Amino acid sequence: MLVLSGLLIVVLGFAFRLNPLLVVTCAGVVTGLAGGLGFEKTIGTLGHAFTESRYVAIVWLVLPVIGMLERAGLKERARDVVMQMQRATTGRVLLAYLALRQATAALGLVSLGGHPQMVRPLIAPMAEGAAERDVPGLDQATRHRIRAHAAAVDNIGVFFGEDIFIAIGSILLIKGVMEQAGVRVLPTELAVWAIPTAIAAFVIHGTRLLMLDRQLRKGTR
Amino acid sequence: MITLEFLYRLMGLLTGATALINLRDTTNPNRIWNAAFWGLWAISFLVGTWLSDLASGLLIMTMVAVATIRGVRCSGTESTSLTERVASARRWGNRLFLPALAVPFFTLLANATIGRITIDGAPLVEAKQVTLVSLGLATLVSLSIGMLMLRPPLRAPLTEARRLMDSVGWAAMLPQLLAALGAVFAAAGVGKVVSALAASWIPSGAPFLSVTAYTLGMALLTMLMGNAFAAFPVMTLGIGLPLLVTGLHGNPTIIAAIGMLSGFCGTLMTPMAANFNLVPVALLELPDRYAVIRAQIPTALSLLVVNTLLIYFLAFPR
Repeated sequence: MLVLSGLLIVVLGFAFRLNPLLVVTCAGVVTGLAGGLGFEKTIGTLGHAFTESRYVAIVWLVLPVIGMLERAGLKERARDVVMQMQRATTGRVLLAYLALRQATAALGLVSLGGHPQMVRPLIAPMAEGAAERDVPGLDQATRHRIRAHAAAVDNIGVFFGEDIFIAIGSILLIKGVMEQAGVRVLPTELAVWAIPTAIAAFVIHGTRLLMLDRQLRKGTR
Repeated sequence: MITLEFLYRLMGLLTGATALINLRDTTNPNRIWNAAFWGLWAISFLVGTWLSDLASGLLIMTMVAVATIRGVRCSGTESTSLTERVASARRWGNRLFLPALAVPFFTLLANATIGRITIDGAPLVEAKQVTLVSLGLATLVSLSIGMLMLRPPLRAPLTEARRLMDSVGWAAMLPQLLAALGAVFAAAGVGKVVSALAASWIPSGAPFLSVTAYTLGMALLTMLMGNAFAAFPVMTLGIGLPLLVTGLHGNPTIIAAIGMLSGFCGTLMTPMAANFNLVPVALLELPDRYAVIRAQIPTALSLLVVNTLLIYFLAFPR
């Protein structure tokens, strides 16, 4: 039971909005000590796993490209393109990206998106640009809300698209866990049963995006 | 053979350059601390493979201490003015999108090809690492295309990357640190304790309650662990298989597939999934740390209800 104290630290730390790095480190140390690893072994386990997980940070390699293009006006261009398309509202831009992200993820093309490479330089400025044209005197809080929605669309699109592809990590994990327990499941059938939720995700989130348009328009009156 | 080590050296160069540019920037009063944070990370990328586990552990403790006490403060403003950027955007037009779209394009292209290349019978890239190596190579190609096309000063990519790295700040390190926390959880046996707890609390028999316990459990445990992959074995072996499949003769394929997707609903609602929910907050310069989670919660909760109903109505013999 004592090893669960790390989870408690995580919950409290995030609830009180302490610095997440500190929260996670404390949770790791406390869990290791409570699990009887001893101080040195706990720090070592953290260090070893951190070094082994360096691949997680590889997404940042794209920043020099994005930075160089931002310097040359990429965000401004993305905004202009959308502003010229009268029918491209904030909600519709995001809806189109949701469809694209879900469809490509379903084909296994999960790297066709992501926050550093797609959302910051392209999708967020486009969604914001459309609102700038449609909503006179767009305030900062609304801008932030639109950006948060741009990031959310990327997540929702990939999460509820990728499982339709049979060779994605989560499908292989399901197969592995079930097989260890002596239950045979087929990747193709697992993928088929991801489709109902994928459709529901598109309908539910799509509706919310179109409602966002209405809220943006109302906010101006 | 190209391995992850090659990408780590590149990351080492990027974080190292970020540290150096910060160190030389006398306009930033926090420059020493920014440089210390990025410099320590650079050490981990450059020589981490050969450091002892304890040394690596102490290194990250120092990084966390620097980030907590002094913070990584956003430094540079954009090196070109708004008017310059608007003029440049006019001049280049839609061609500006080319190097940006080249990143996903070449990632996919490399993904489809480099796994098949062999040199003297040995694969050029190990199969497991193809996706990451593809992303790294695509970045280099796109950078070259952009440099040839736009002809900015040679140091522009690094000074701009430093501006972005500083604005993301400590959040850049969080996903990697959370992965390390997951390893400590595993080593200390947190999963086993949770699955024993889960099994002892669950009402057995009533179908709807059992299904709800499974889908809700997947979402909640994913929120705690930050990762549906960590929650799936615990909840499926603890509740899904014994209660829903063995006890109520449910279809294991449907239960497992939709169970995993219920976990994804949890991923949308937790700061523990930092790379999805907190990193974009930093990247998009949002003041509310939980802004992205807030935008996702209504969809996540609705889908959790949908998933519960789907399992309840589709997975059991009528």
